Amino acid sequence: MTFTVDERGGRRSAVVEARHHAKNARGDRPPRDSYALFLLPGALAFLVIVVVPFLMNTGVSFTEWQGVGSPKWTGLANYRELMDDAEFWASFRHSLFMVVAMAVVPTVLGLVLAAALFDFVGKHFGSRTAAVLRACFYLPQVLPIAVAGIVWSWILAPENGSLNELLKAVGLGSLQQDWLGDPDLALYSVMGVMVWVQLGFPLVIFMAGLQRVDPQLYEAAELDGAGWWRRFWHVTLPQIRPEIYVVLLWCTIAALKVFGAVYVLTKGGPGGATDVPSYFSFTTFFEKTQVGYGAAISTVLTVIVLLLAVVGLKLQTRAEDAEQGVVR
Amino acid sequence: MTALRRYPVLLALVIGALFMVLPFLIVTLNAVKSPAEYSANGPLSLPEGVYLDGLKDFWERVDFGQKLVNSVIISGSVALGAVVLSVLNAYAIGIGRIKGRTWVLAFFVLANMLPQEALVYPVYYLSKEAGLYDTRLSVIIVFTVIQAAFGTYLLASVLGQFPREIIEAARIDGANKWQVLWRIVVPVSRPTIGVLLVFFFIWTWNEFLLPLVMLISNDNQTVSVALGVLQGQRLMDATMTNAAALLGVLPAIVFFLVFQRTLTRGIAVGAVK
Repeated sequence: MTFTVDERGGRRSAVVEARHHAKNARGDRPPRDSYALFLLPGALAFLVIVVVPFLMNTGVSFTEWQGVGSPKWTGLANYRELMDDAEFWASFRHSLFMVVAMAVVPTVLGLVLAAALFDFVGKHFGSRTAAVLRACFYLPQVLPIAVAGIVWSWILAPENGSLNELLKAVGLGSLQQDWLGDPDLALYSVMGVMVWVQLGFPLVIFMAGLQRVDPQLYEAAELDGAGWWRRFWHVTLPQIRPEIYVVLLWCTIAALKVFGAVYVLTKGGPGGATDVPSYFSFTTFFEKTQVGYGAAISTVLTVIVLLLAVVGLKLQTRAEDAEQGVVR
Repeated sequence: MTALRRYPVLLALVIGALFMVLPFLIVTLNAVKSPAEYSANGPLSLPEGVYLDGLKDFWERVDFGQKLVNSVIISGSVALGAVVLSVLNAYAIGIGRIKGRTWVLAFFVLANMLPQEALVYPVYYLSKEAGLYDTRLSVIIVFTVIQAAFGTYLLASVLGQFPREIIEAARIDGANKWQVLWRIVVPVSRPTIGVLLVFFFIWTWNEFLLPLVMLISNDNQTVSVALGVLQGQRLMDATMTNAAALLGVLPAIVFFLVFQRTLTRGIAVGAVK
């Protein structure tokens, strides 16, 4: 029944649309809502898998609950407790370090590398050489984070670890460390691993972005006597600004959500030195079974991520609009 | 620019690239060493021969074949399901231009950015209630929806620029919306759909948190979870660690080699948006 109505409506809409099209060259006004049926499966699935659990999690964050029995409403008690919880603040402080390691450093390095590969290697040594190098930098990105964790925790092991052995082999044995076991070092070691994991993503996006830059801009700059750095600064950077926004936004959000690497490399240790909000909420949920408190942690994390996403997307569209305005 | 100035830059880049692949090389070297050789010569020596018993032992001990099958089933089903869901959503948003599509799209983007930590306990709890806990199906359902959020976002923007004349022509010829979708929109969008399939497959393969929580029995675990859990328990000696790492790395490298073009093209598609 619905189908036939829909179909008839659809057929009429084609005619209306065609007529409209003839009258008004833009013709983007079909009767719209008949397409809403196609959204139905997706909308239902989202309701059940994302919206309901998300609301449940938020609701549980106002309760005290062990995961069994019925939750006890405690209002904002969990959030008040969070404010005084040193572990909570430490985990968010470590998040900032992760943003540096997963967003800031890879973006900066990725920009320089992308420009060097595209504008320099590609030109002087052929695009094939550039593609091979790009592939090497991208490779860690396809690795499951759990596997990357296994590889690095073995490389960074205090006894017989490759890094320590390497230091010894080149006569720097005095620099050997317990990279993941020393509370003063562990966070920096994890950061180093995350730079390795993350670098390929900005690099590949920036190289893709550079392909749409008009080569004449570079030629003109070169004719004006601009050196490599000046061209990088005045041509490359402004031209791929949209990509820089996207990469920074995505990587920052990924950094706030980092879990697998911490689980496999350090389990948040030693002594909480590498604890991050997602790992903190995970242990609170499943090891301490303080579900209400864990829900409060993950709700705070969600609010931060979503705020960042909304602000980031706003800034991005505004920047794009501004750019298009200039072009027109 | 003179060759004298060119080569140092290239050299620096090559050294950087070597540093990126070095861990892969070290792992491969050590995965084929015998434990005796490893303890005698350390991790940096070249292997004296190819010793595959470590790999074999590890494969049997964790039943790696089963883990591979699980990963393939889960990632494959998610990739297919999420693409179908994305296509339907994107058709309504990008071509149907339903009312309030900006908001619908914003909703999907935000759903994709949502930390899984905010879903994990309710999903764990609800799947227990529904009798789906510790089944591959539960993970398939959840990731189909989560990946479809990204697919909807990407595909809707691609379909938004779909040449409308083609659709109008088909509609005038009497095709209904369903026929237009499967006979015109889907075939024309095949490149983007291919990209999404590859991405969804690899992303799901690499997922860790939700499968870790949802798949506790050995028979259901994915490669990522099985390796991560073993590592977390620190039960492995060096040879076994390397066998595990190598077996974990290999599928990723195979995907990479097979899909490298699709991946970079996909990233280009994604970056423009």
